Amino acid sequence: MATDNLAHHFDSYEQQRESASLGVWIFLVTEIMFFGGLFTAYILYRSKYPEAFIAGSHQLDVTLGTVNTAVLIFSSLTMAMAVRSAQLGKNKAIVGFLVATIVLGSAFLGIKATEYHHKWAEHLIPGPNFHLEQTHLPTYQGKPVSAGLPTGIVGDSPADVALPAPARSDIQAHAQLFFFLYFGMTGLHAFHMIIGVGLLAWLIVPSLRGRFDANNHNYVEGIGLYWHFVDIVWIFLFPLLYLVGRHG
Amino acid sequence: MSSSTHVLPLRVYLFVFFSLLGLTAVTVAVAFLDLGPFNNVVALGIAVLKATLVILFFMHVRYATRLTGLVVASGVFWLLIMVGLTLADYATRGWLGVAGR
Repeated sequence: MATDNLAHHFDSYEQQRESASLGVWIFLVTEIMFFGGLFTAYILYRSKYPEAFIAGSHQLDVTLGTVNTAVLIFSSLTMAMAVRSAQLGKNKAIVGFLVATIVLGSAFLGIKATEYHHKWAEHLIPGPNFHLEQTHLPTYQGKPVSAGLPTGIVGDSPADVALPAPARSDIQAHAQLFFFLYFGMTGLHAFHMIIGVGLLAWLIVPSLRGRFDANNHNYVEGIGLYWHFVDIVWIFLFPLLYLVGRHG
Repeated sequence: MSSSTHVLPLRVYLFVFFSLLGLTAVTVAVAFLDLGPFNNVVALGIAVLKATLVILFFMHVRYATRLTGLVVASGVFWLLIMVGLTLADYATRGWLGVAGR
């Protein structure tokens, strides 16, 4: 069952396992930097246009976001259980937990796709057709917001040039920044999840062959670390995108 | 000798799982209260707490070697340096006049 696969340059299985986790962690640190740049952009623009970010955040569905957070946390539990089963050499249990994790991960992606579709239907994709249906704000950046006027980025159409209340176009432009970041960050996160689901599916094969035991479970552990990292990214994305200025 | 893998008991994973769900509920509930600037503090504090739970237990860093812990900590520390320097730049632009303008 268990194959002797201690690489010749390691003294022990323990050292081999530690090296594998350390390597994955080095990769994850580069991922922290990668997402960190986006979070920095978020901080900068949110501090510059706080009202537009609140208006944008109000367009997101808190219920779906919360459900998705729970689904992803649940998937992290099943992933952790898959790793634990691998440590115990219970290969059949690994397969079960991997399938559960794949199902939960796919459920997350399905809910995310539904949300994207809603945003598409509500004209909240940044671009010429962007239109934030609102606004509960009487003023924006000290300027009055008049309702019922043509929308779009300032200067897009002759009508905009004649806008008596530039605030209305400003909030449209600045809310687009929020949605740029929303789609950019959640899109990259979803992309990571798609890769993760692929890796988990690939793990099923060696698990079915009974490859993993207390000594050899580096693949399960490594992919598990990656999966949990993606969960952590969402743990930060959820309050920053969905819960901005929800009170009042 | 070589099979010294640290297998955590089930209850640890379940405890972390339910803590994460509970903290998610708290963060949503608190978002609907007006705490002024503390809304952000609470939201980020809870997110950091959740991330710490995942890192320490689901990702086994609490039981890993010190080297792994050092890599994780320095990664986070380096991120704070990068973000801090960037924000320091944006926050202080215009404090000093540009010579010749």
